[in-house]
Amino acid sequence: MITFTEVTKRYPGQKRPALSGVSTTIDDGEFVFLVGPSGSGKSTFLRLVLREARATSGKVVVDGRDVGRMSGWRIPKLRRGIGTVFQDFRLLPGKSVHENVAFALQVIGRPGREIRRVVPETLELVGLADKADRLPEELSGGEQQRAALDRAVVNRPRILLADEPTGNLDPTTSVGIMKLLDQINRDGTTILMATHDSTVVDQMRRRVVELSGGELVRDQAQGVYGYQ
Amino acid sequence: MRHALTEVLSGLRRNASMNLAVLVTMWVSLTLFGLGTLVTQQVDLIKGRWYDRIEITLFLCTPATQGENCTPGQATTDAQRADIRAALEANPEVAEVFYQSQEEVFDEFGETYADSPILAAMKAQDMQDLFRIKLVNPEEYQIVTAEAARMPGVQNVQDLRQFLDPLFDWLNWGRWLAVGASGLLLLAAALQIGNSIRMAAHARRREIGIMRLVGASNTYIMLPFLLESLLVALAGAALACATLAGIQQFAIVEKAKPALQGFTWIGWEHVGIAMVWLVAVAIALSMIPTLIATRRFLKV
Repeated sequence: MITFTEVTKRYPGQKRPALSGVSTTIDDGEFVFLVGPSGSGKSTFLRLVLREARATSGKVVVDGRDVGRMSGWRIPKLRRGIGTVFQDFRLLPGKSVHENVAFALQVIGRPGREIRRVVPETLELVGLADKADRLPEELSGGEQQRAALDRAVVNRPRILLADEPTGNLDPTTSVGIMKLLDQINRDGTTILMATHDSTVVDQMRRRVVELSGGELVRDQAQGVYGYQ
Repeated sequence: MRHALTEVLSGLRRNASMNLAVLVTMWVSLTLFGLGTLVTQQVDLIKGRWYDRIEITLFLCTPATQGENCTPGQATTDAQRADIRAALEANPEVAEVFYQSQEEVFDEFGETYADSPILAAMKAQDMQDLFRIKLVNPEEYQIVTAEAARMPGVQNVQDLRQFLDPLFDWLNWGRWLAVGASGLLLLAAALQIGNSIRMAAHARRREIGIMRLVGASNTYIMLPFLLESLLVALAGAALACATLAGIQQFAIVEKAKPALQGFTWIGWEHVGIAMVWLVAVAIALSMIPTLIATRRFLKV
């Protein structure tokens, strides 16, 4: 599903590469935690999968396609198969929860009747059916993240990238989000989650890929945050 | 498409004052551009089909004309006509010789002055046979003029450039002034459009960011901006077209034509051509700055 082969990424003007010779494979349906200190390369890893950046050397293959060599006009299609959630939720402030989720379908040209059918269903799944008309500022952090998650998965992507999704949430709320992510993973979506949240990683006991200084230093099935 | 149209309307409202500034600039600059096009067409009409092809015109005698080389009451004879042609063709300063009979001259007159009341008063017999001459070196016209003026059967020798060049100089000066001013204003309009779109895209950067993340195509992302600037440009073009039509009706049809009937004035078909050009310029001027301004937000 996602394969990194000797991937190095150097940003202009920086001495140390953000990623250095990273090689790993993430299979269909896996749930992988990407851990490491700030600046270890976690966000860069996710950006390369999404083709928001290109590797300086090495190969990144997503769903059988070498994303580094992909022409610009093919990238929107790649991204329709990948959902993303962020620490800061990134909901559109002037739009309600329903509109935020529907937006993701509108801009890729889905017909109105499909949007009207699918959005309420997915809002129900994430527990926001009764808050569909609320604006983001009227929601709690957890509710905002649920809305963001709904927007990320409403199009049924095969991959979900989560960049510190519980970073702005309290522990109880974080548990709720992780349950949702687990459910999404059980439904078949591959999840790659970058996180500093050791509690979440230790509780879920999934595969852990650790980065440090841009290098892959640990790849452990049913791992925990720190070394055991 | 509905989403794009909604975004266009909201963008027009959000950037109303900037769009109004662009509209006014486009209106003025396109009007000047259109005027430059009309002046060009007017100059071409005045020149007619001969001005650029020849330098000197020889008018031959008719029973009604008088001249040193004309026999009163008689037209130029065939023999005289043949001698004139032979002399001209033998002259090394003459590059080409064209002959037109009275009937041919009258037919051309009828085409040029189709709308003028003068035509009704003229007949073919009122015209003169002509020899039109193209010179090897236009500067050496005096040699040919002097020789032709002495030939039997030649009533008059005319160098049109003497009379019309000062007028054309004035018209060309006016044309370049209009085109130059319109060029500067069109550049200002293009920069305004670019700025306006850049500001609009910056204001919508969160939405654009989400659209790129979820896989919206670049065309879909750019479409509202392209439509917004196109609408404003076309509105400016519409106002410019209306202004040109007003100038044609009130300045040319109602004032200039009745006052100067000897002239061939531009008609509505010429105004139509100018309108087509200025709409094309408006479209190009809205598309290009928009594509450049939105490029930064669409880089993958």
